[in-house]
Amino acid sequence: MITPTHYMLLSAALFIIGVIGVMVRRNIIIIFMSIELILNAVNINLVAFSAQLQNQIGQVFAVFVIAVAAAEAAVGLGIILAFYRNKETINIDEMNLMRS
Amino acid sequence: MRYIWLIPLLPGVGAAVNGLVGIRSFSRRTAGIVACSTMALALALALLAFWQLLGLPAESRAYDVVVAQWIPKIPLATRTGFAAFEVPWGFRLDPLSAMMLLVVTGIGTLIHVYSTAYMADEPRGGVARFFCYLNLFCFFMLMLVLGNNFLVMFVGWEGVGLCSYLLIGYWYEKKSASDAGKKAFITNRVGDWGFVLGVFLIYFTFGTLNFREVQNAAATMTVESAHFGVLSWICLLLFVGATGKSAQIPLYVWLPDAMEGPTPVSALIHAATMVTAGVYMLGRNAVLFSHAPMVMEIVAIVGVLTALMAASIGLVQYDIKRVLAYSTVSQLGYMFTAMGVGAFSAGAFHLMTHAFFKALLFLGSGSVIHAMGGEQDMRRMGNLKKYMPVTFVTMMIGTLAIAGIFPFAGFFSKDEILFRSFLSNKAIWAIAVVTAMMTAFYMFRLMAMTFFGAYRGPAWETAGHGVAIGVHDRAKDATLAAAHGAKHPVDIHAHGHAHEPDHEVAHGPAEPHGPDDASHHTGHGHGHWHGPHESPTPMTFPLQALALGAIVAGFVGVPAALGGSNALEKFLEPSFTAEHAASGAAREIRPNDVIAGRQLEAGRQTGEVRALEHAGGAAEESGEHVSRGVELGLMGFSLLVAIAGIGLAWKFYVTSPEISEQLGEQWAGAHRLLSNKYYVDELYNATVVNGTFGAGEGLWVVDRTVVDGAVNGTSKLTVISSWFSGLTDRTVVDGLVNMVGSVVQEGSLLFRRLQTGLVQNYAMLMLFGIFAFVSIYLLVR
Repeated sequence: MITPTHYMLLSAALFIIGVIGVMVRRNIIIIFMSIELILNAVNINLVAFSAQLQNQIGQVFAVFVIAVAAAEAAVGLGIILAFYRNKETINIDEMNLMRS
Repeated sequence: MRYIWLIPLLPGVGAAVNGLVGIRSFSRRTAGIVACSTMALALALALLAFWQLLGLPAESRAYDVVVAQWIPKIPLATRTGFAAFEVPWGFRLDPLSAMMLLVVTGIGTLIHVYSTAYMADEPRGGVARFFCYLNLFCFFMLMLVLGNNFLVMFVGWEGVGLCSYLLIGYWYEKKSASDAGKKAFITNRVGDWGFVLGVFLIYFTFGTLNFREVQNAAATMTVESAHFGVLSWICLLLFVGATGKSAQIPLYVWLPDAMEGPTPVSALIHAATMVTAGVYMLGRNAVLFSHAPMVMEIVAIVGVLTALMAASIGLVQYDIKRVLAYSTVSQLGYMFTAMGVGAFSAGAFHLMTHAFFKALLFLGSGSVIHAMGGEQDMRRMGNLKKYMPVTFVTMMIGTLAIAGIFPFAGFFSKDEILFRSFLSNKAIWAIAVVTAMMTAFYMFRLMAMTFFGAYRGPAWETAGHGVAIGVHDRAKDATLAAAHGAKHPVDIHAHGHAHEPDHEVAHGPAEPHGPDDASHHTGHGHGHWHGPHESPTPMTFPLQALALGAIVAGFVGVPAALGGSNALEKFLEPSFTAEHAASGAAREIRPNDVIAGRQLEAGRQTGEVRALEHAGGAAEESGEHVSRGVELGLMGFSLLVAIAGIGLAWKFYVTSPEISEQLGEQWAGAHRLLSNKYYVDELYNATVVNGTFGAGEGLWVVDRTVVDGAVNGTSKLTVISSWFSGLTDRTVVDGLVNMVGSVVQEGSLLFRRLQTGLVQNYAMLMLFGIFAFVSIYLLVR
């Protein structure tokens, strides 16, 4: 029997994997992918509780999240492309222009 | 008489013309003509005014003319509240001022004429300057005698002081002359201080400065015989003014020094007119003084002491002008004595006669000095009657007049004074008689040394053949000359200063000049000095005119005892009394009553009122009529005394000159004391002059230390405080500002480390932050 606890554990695992990816990886593409993982961990939670509570709002919200993630990916990839044209790299350690 | 204001104005115009135009462009002659003609016109007007005054009845012989408003109405505090202080340019002609008017214009005119010749050797501009001052002096003097209130009088009073200063210092290149001018001016200033205070007090007391109003108001007040009230104070202050102007103790010291001026100035100012201003002022305020018997006594005592002291100094002086100067002081003392014993008309009478014979004597001495080429030391004269007969005769008349020999002018006026002082106070009379003897003595000593004996002056060269007649003449009188010449060596050495100021600069050295001296400017018109000679007509004419005056001037005041009517006293009487109408209920005080009044007051004090009122009446009676025998006796006595003085002088200085020499040695101490004028000048120098200098220096020290110290201290304080202010500015204020800056800088150095620019760092921080917040939320909840 699959209980909400199992969903939440899966979601937490995914979330932690995403966070660690964001923290430790140098490649911006990978970081982006980790962010997607985080978002999807949230989505699993939303959907799981939506089914559990018999409320559709959670599923609608999950769809919104997917749409926003897509938009974010589009913008983020644009930025990465522009950066790469300037710096010939996508290493996140080179992206320190905001440094004082 | 409406035009009496023209009388002072004319010499004023003359002074303006000579002063503004003359100094630059007038010749000596033109300057003299301008000055003399203005004075002559003034004299003519004065005679006319006098004639018209005589034509009026005795009670209404007074005329006031207001020319213009001077000080408009100002409310000013007086003793009884506010009164309108208002002073017009008012002139008043009454018997007293008419007499003074005639004296000033008459003698002034003669002296102007005399000056044209006496000053002929001066530089051109100098003559115009001299006449400008002389005219200006007459202007102010006439203002003084004609003014109808104290303030107009004060203008004249100060003006004559100024002119006196200018004229004494006329030869201002000479230090002694300019010093003498200053001395005169400053000494007069002291007196003027008293006069001004007196005028202030008069206004404060009476609320007016008009002479007549003041006298009328004073007549209604009580006689201050027992206490020293406001009237006494007024009179005392006015008398202080008079001592300055009229050279009385203690302010007489300026007059002998004033002889540094040209001789006509000495004659005009320091004998005939200006110095009589004080006497005139006392006479003008006769009613005031009659109400202050204590001050009257002071006046009499000061007057008689001055007379005695000045006469005694005059006994031993060798400078011909100085003898006359001390004689002037002495005669002024007589006038004050007369005023002091209440004989106002006698004082005024003596003023007039003295003006004649003293001007005559001064002008005569000027003539002698002129003849001797500037020599003033009588030891170097002698036997001049041979060379200048006119001067000799006229001066002899003047000398007889001043000695009081019948029937010359001085006899009547002096005896009037002596008689009145005899009635008032025997001691004063005795001193006055001794003084009279001294007067006769020193005047004949002067005559003897100057005109008699042997010629002792320097030799001279005649223009023709170069033979020194003077030397010859001298050799002829060798015996007498030796006696005379050896007579004074002690004096010469003991009193070296006696012949310091003897030379009048413009006349050059007294020694005759040899041909090699031709380039040296002698100032004497005819180059070389040709020995004593008679003066030119413009100089001898005034001498003769004044000699006539010295003979006849006394006859206007022949006393009743000699069968005269004493016309002058009757004429002057209204000037010395208050007006009846105005005096109202109060009894009229006539100066003649003063003696009686004094005894009356004294009687009241002892309680024997009735008996002494009778005695007072008797005293008055005797003063007027009864004591004719006494009066005649006194006259005879003083005549004898004068003749005795003359005889002594004759014996000492003509017949047996060695006696005076012996006496001088026997009484060496007294002689030195007199020759040094009682050391009064030294005393004043030691006290007043050095005191002033010392005070000035003390004040300077105070100025330097205290005042400058305060100023410098303030500045130092400012410097120190501003240094502190700068210090706090630099440390505290700047420190705060810099501290803010450095704190911000240090802080930013610390916090900039956070801004790594690395996205992952930010993410990490966010993560930790969220973790922390959630942890807190979970824990604290």
